[in-house]
Amino acid sequence: MKRVFKKHVFALAIILACTCKIAVAQDVDLFKSMDEQDKKDKQNQTDYTTAIFKTTRMINGQSIENVGAGVLDVKISHRFTPINAGAKGLWGLDGANMRMGVDYGINSKLMVGVGRTKGGLFDGFAKLKILRQSTGKVTMPVSVSLSGGVLLSTEKSNSFNNYTDRLNYSVQAIIARKFNDYISLQVVPTVIHYNSVATSSMSNDYYSVGLGGRIRLTKRVNLTSEYYYRITKQEGYVNCLSVGFDIETGGHVFQFHFSNSPDMNDRSFIEETTSKWNVDAVRFGFNIARVFVVNKPKEVKL
Amino acid sequence: MKKVILIAGFTALLGTSAMSQKVYATKTGQISFDATGTCAEPIKAVNNQVDSKFVDKSGQIIFNVLIKGFKFPNALMEDHFNENYMESTKFPKADFKGFITNVASVNFAKDGTYDVSAKGTLTIDGKGKEMTVPGTITIAGGKPTLKASLNIPLKEFIHGSYIGTQISDNAKTVIVCKYD
Repeated sequence: MKRVFKKHVFALAIILACTCKIAVAQDVDLFKSMDEQDKKDKQNQTDYTTAIFKTTRMINGQSIENVGAGVLDVKISHRFTPINAGAKGLWGLDGANMRMGVDYGINSKLMVGVGRTKGGLFDGFAKLKILRQSTGKVTMPVSVSLSGGVLLSTEKSNSFNNYTDRLNYSVQAIIARKFNDYISLQVVPTVIHYNSVATSSMSNDYYSVGLGGRIRLTKRVNLTSEYYYRITKQEGYVNCLSVGFDIETGGHVFQFHFSNSPDMNDRSFIEETTSKWNVDAVRFGFNIARVFVVNKPKEVKL
Repeated sequence: MKKVILIAGFTALLGTSAMSQKVYATKTGQISFDATGTCAEPIKAVNNQVDSKFVDKSGQIIFNVLIKGFKFPNALMEDHFNENYMESTKFPKADFKGFITNVASVNFAKDGTYDVSAKGTLTIDGKGKEMTVPGTITIAGGKPTLKASLNIPLKEFIHGSYIGTQISDNAKTVIVCKYD
């Protein structure tokens, strides 16, 4: 009995000694553990894709981007007359359609905006982020947002006397993906609803799909393009195509582009573009955006 | 037999004394910087999710900083920071690996403020630079708080047309980490 006990003690002693040696050998190496942690983090953390596009507008239409929470974005847009005016008419720069508006980020998911366009057109919209493209723990191949807009034409005409007759709405689902640092694309299924139409044979709802993309040329310059394909259409109108550049400088984003539409409101440029893409219709235009921080996010205490 | 037990016991003791080194850690450390240059708008950001650890005996210290964790008052500036300057999809983290060279002067059992200095490699945007950073460790109730400030010469890490003009080349950086 005593002998067995001794044996046990001996074994225990050896085990103890061994474990202690292991403990000594296991000196903490933070450098090593950090590298291991980094590998784990890549799988356990969600990395959200940011800056799919430079600003909240593709060219005429909405992009997947929102303004940040508490940020006011002042937008001034011009669409000039066709460039075929030549040197005499300064390539169309003499005449311009203009929209002035402000956008505001209520939180990181929801933004709203209002604007006025020449001719007494008032518009308002809200855009909500539904899904965000991400990698890591949560892998999401695309970002998805919903945008809803309303447009009021204040100019009365014989057949549209009540203001409710001069209202129309747009609903858009924006599905976007940043493929890499250089290429992003978005697809935008759209419904435009006219509260009132001229004849009873006309539909009140029109369906279309927008395609938008960017190619990053340098850190600050993007080549952008936007095309709206009308699935159900009104007679006498064509699809709108725009091509341009986004240029950013600090707090500004400048968008310069060529388009066959003189309009900036969803209804007008998607459904009511009148001239095909040729030298008689294409015009120069720009959007200038300047952001102001109105409400600092709470997490940023500086 | 007694001898064996004695030796084993002695080794065990030795082992425990080596094990008694303590790793202090935090995942909510704060790093803020101010790189305001000639630009009218202040260029400031704060990151409240800094991962840092250090060992009391060896003085080994690390900081692991997620670039997208830096929050700016202006969301557009944050986008530019990530996309144009930090390339945070390519280099998601910045880190510092080094040693507190005079960690022995800190009495972790006694409340007080101790001057320390850390020497190591700061890596931003995939580029490393040897740096020596002075700071203080304050012990309160057995828990250390590290405070340090340093100037990070941005041009040595990142490229950007506005660095040195609108954006200062010296990012005044302040670190505050409360460890558990």
